[in-house]
Amino acid sequence: MRRIRAAAVGAVTLSLVLSAAACGGGSPSGGSGDNSRPGTLTYWASNQGANLEVDKKVLQPELDKFEKRTGIKVKLEVVPWSDLLNRILTATTSGQGPDVLNIGNTWSASLQSSGALLPWDEKNFERIGGRDRFVESALGSTGVRGQDPAAVPLYSMAYALYYNKKMFAEAGITKPPATWDELVATGKRLTKDGKAGIGVEGSNLSNNIHQVFVLGKQHGADFFTPDGKADFTSDGAVAAVKQYVDLMAEHRIVAKGNAEYAQNQSLSDFAKNRTAMVLWQTAAATFKAQGMDDSAWGVVPAPVPSGKPGRGTAVNSMVAGINLAVFKNTKNIDGAMKFVEFMTGDEEQKILNKAYGSIPPVTSAQADPAFNTPALAPLRRTLATSAAALPQVPEESQFETVVGTAVKELFADAAAGRPVTTASVRAKLEKAQQQMPNT
Amino acid sequence: MTTTAIEKTGGRTVPQRDPGAEHGPRRPGRLRALGLPYLLLLPALVLEILVHLVPMLIGIVMSFKELTQFFIRDWGTAPWAGLDNYAVSVDFDAPVGEALLKSFLTTCLFTLLSVGLCWLIGTAAAVFMQETFRGRGLLRTLFLVPYALPVYAAVITWAFMFQRDNGLINHVLHDQLGLTDSPPFWLIGENSFITLLVVSVWKGWPFAFLIMMAGLQNIPREIYEAAALDGAGVWQQIRRITLPSLRPVNQVLVLVLFLWTFNDFNTPFVLFGRAAPESADLISLHIYQSSFQTWNFGTGSAMSVLLLLFLLVVTGLYLTLTSRGRKSADA
Amino acid sequence: MPSPTRPAPRSPMAAPRSFLWSRAVFLTLLTGFVLLPVYVMVSSSLKPLADVSGKFQWIPSGLTLTPYRDIWKTVPLADYFVNSLVVAGAATICSVMIAVFAAYAVSRYTFRGKRVFTVTVLSTQMFPGILFLLPLFLIYVNIGNATGIALFGSRGGLILTYMTFSLPFSIWMLIGYFDSVPRDLDEAAKVDGCGPLGALFRVIVPAAVPGIVAVAVYAFMTAWGEVLFASVMTNDTTRTLAVGLQGYAGQNDVYWNQVMAASLVVSVPVVAGFLLLQRYLVTGLTAGAVK
Repeated sequence: MRRIRAAAVGAVTLSLVLSAAACGGGSPSGGSGDNSRPGTLTYWASNQGANLEVDKKVLQPELDKFEKRTGIKVKLEVVPWSDLLNRILTATTSGQGPDVLNIGNTWSASLQSSGALLPWDEKNFERIGGRDRFVESALGSTGVRGQDPAAVPLYSMAYALYYNKKMFAEAGITKPPATWDELVATGKRLTKDGKAGIGVEGSNLSNNIHQVFVLGKQHGADFFTPDGKADFTSDGAVAAVKQYVDLMAEHRIVAKGNAEYAQNQSLSDFAKNRTAMVLWQTAAATFKAQGMDDSAWGVVPAPVPSGKPGRGTAVNSMVAGINLAVFKNTKNIDGAMKFVEFMTGDEEQKILNKAYGSIPPVTSAQADPAFNTPALAPLRRTLATSAAALPQVPEESQFETVVGTAVKELFADAAAGRPVTTASVRAKLEKAQQQMPNT
Repeated sequence: MTTTAIEKTGGRTVPQRDPGAEHGPRRPGRLRALGLPYLLLLPALVLEILVHLVPMLIGIVMSFKELTQFFIRDWGTAPWAGLDNYAVSVDFDAPVGEALLKSFLTTCLFTLLSVGLCWLIGTAAAVFMQETFRGRGLLRTLFLVPYALPVYAAVITWAFMFQRDNGLINHVLHDQLGLTDSPPFWLIGENSFITLLVVSVWKGWPFAFLIMMAGLQNIPREIYEAAALDGAGVWQQIRRITLPSLRPVNQVLVLVLFLWTFNDFNTPFVLFGRAAPESADLISLHIYQSSFQTWNFGTGSAMSVLLLLFLLVVTGLYLTLTSRGRKSADA
Repeated sequence: MPSPTRPAPRSPMAAPRSFLWSRAVFLTLLTGFVLLPVYVMVSSSLKPLADVSGKFQWIPSGLTLTPYRDIWKTVPLADYFVNSLVVAGAATICSVMIAVFAAYAVSRYTFRGKRVFTVTVLSTQMFPGILFLLPLFLIYVNIGNATGIALFGSRGGLILTYMTFSLPFSIWMLIGYFDSVPRDLDEAAKVDGCGPLGALFRVIVPAAVPGIVAVAVYAFMTAWGEVLFASVMTNDTTRTLAVGLQGYAGQNDVYWNQVMAASLVVSVPVVAGFLLLQRYLVTGLTAGAVK
């Protein structure tokens, strides 16, 4: 028995030594990059095209161009959305990550709080041509207000109402809805013969969040108090969530099956003339990939109560988009800066945003006529005048998980024929709020 | 405590009476003979320490820290949380603990049903296929296919089949048989528990079948012949000879199935994605969510440690009880 | 002990009708249950996209091989395939070797700490993966920083990880198998002048082939299908199939026919190998696990 104990003690000691090494061996904390490894960069790109291969085809020529100009070789990895946040988390924990990376712009504040990303102070902004090159609304989604941004905007997107022209014509509808009431009324006229007025992605947590956030704004509610505390159960928030779920529960203009959609099936339904409308961000490329002709659909700003999108309660979209960040542990800070400057330069902004069907968050690039087509003009206008950034709080990603899940469960209730009432919505949101840290 | 429990299973892991083993091979000299076993064990030992034990100890250390997103970058600096993470996890009146408890109970029920069904189907199939008949070889091959298929490929196919609007299951149940008023959901809501169970049993029973087949081969033919002479029919032979002889096999099989099923992550993860429906929220996925989705690795680790403790206790108890039962049966 | 390759028939007497009927019904239903997803996988992989994104049809409206052509373009499947093959193959070979050594030591020697060893190794089987995912990642990174050996993100790191996943079960199986190999055999080998390792490789390993194959198959499949660790520990040059297959759920739609085609392509080599070796599996398990 004594021997066993001795062996156990030995093993534990050994492990503690090793684990102490693990704690201490990390990167020097608080460091903001150095130039010990110039000449190469690692770039994690998010999946913007139809699939990972498309992204590589779009990006590789641009990276080659960058190498030709600067002599810096960029190693590209396109990371699927399913893995991106986990990969960033593990990179943060270990200090071993890319030099430059894409992040969903809604993650900015969360990642900012981890201290993994290089803060964009005035000095850093100067190195890429200055802060005022960027569109103001896009900068609103780069981190907690009052702190140096954790990233710079790369691609911008906005929500809008896409409608199926063929189905509208068949139902004799000439004007797409501009207010929420019109949306419901139009949806009811279109819902018949197994076809649905509007589609939702009930099991897609992020999309749920984007939708109820905008509706919340229209009800004068934010999901966080000004000092950053979770506030999911205000009357406005409850009304917003209920309003969104009621598309299925009360108005029945959403097909029940949408409750389990999470992989853009609603867009596929739209392209197949099974759903007449979707509220979506920059969907043009997807429709095309689904074999839908550009002339078969139209796009207008998403509805607001007043019919006239604007600020405050007339907000009709979140500021959607992708940000570009520099990993603080980079060993090639100068190269990373050059790369960010390259990617946010007018030329690349135009090329990349055209390829992805998004809008440049850089003012001078936005002027290009390619971004003023009928497909993109409403989105650009929305971004400029009536889009609001999702709450820039460190707990944003938890917010997406818990409230997104609450909405998903409410859709499941609605689809199963259970009543969705103000009380049941409030109960779900209360539960969500209790799962947030520090409440 | 588990140490003694596992030892008691005796015979298998720790050979008890091996006359030759006492001194080891003598030829190469005493010194080498003494060092050799350690040398042989070294690679396994180093690997286990590196990949299992040390990470687990670090995991335990993490469970005592306030390891949220604010500290993950340099978690040596994260403040100690004492038992806070554990307190949060087991406070069943608060939402975090309540959700954990619910997930735990769901997992228990799921494991019970899944292991039970796997065992039942596997045993039945093995017993039915004990005797040769035409096509037996082919069937045996077919039956092993679910076990051989990569988890991801198999589960994603089931997810495809369980879609509400376009899936095969609803096509059969609703369109062809007309059993339901409206096509039910399988991947969200309460039914997802059934979905998970079906997939898990489909995937798991062939292992039980395989082990049972192996177990049946160890039953001496003479016993059956003797029973047949005594006039016992096939059913009686199965009840009196086959099933009792399989008892030691069962002890191992049930334990292995239990551990695999209880810790299963792949099946619910591929089936439901990151946010499993409440009714199918298995504990491993729940902990994954608690750590990776909400970036609270401290609480996540505390939950894992609790899970580990639970498994250790259950395994220990199980082995103690079953091996005692076995001994008295043998006596 | 009966010869492991010969089945032990229950009774020389003819089975009664009730038995035959139950058997027929049970085995038929079971076959249906087992084959249903296989049928779906095969038939859907041959359908055009329109077919699989609409209502399910038992009979495809038309057969096409395009999914099998497209899978290589949507996702670098061939690369993933090579990665999985290298990772699972190397992990299997190494883990089997290590398990053979360890099991030999435990089966044939008495030494201090034997119990601690067996109990510890076996209990690692119940560690929840999620508990040591992040710490393991940290360790790999730190080893990388300290020694320059890139474990994280490399195939090597994954191989190392997967090796240990199958070790506990493998060692335990092989101890059982080696115990069943008569000791007289190694004694005889030693009389012939073999050292302990000679006895292991010349006598015990050949006698334990079925057990070793069973263990190898188990190790290979564990590595081939693992998702959680692979999703965090690989990058796009080392990504394995289990994770790579998720790439077919793209930005626009799920290409179900491609998913099914790819799943099939991924499965065929494993299933084929598995079924070819199934004879060994049963005999291997007979002596190793269930004795």
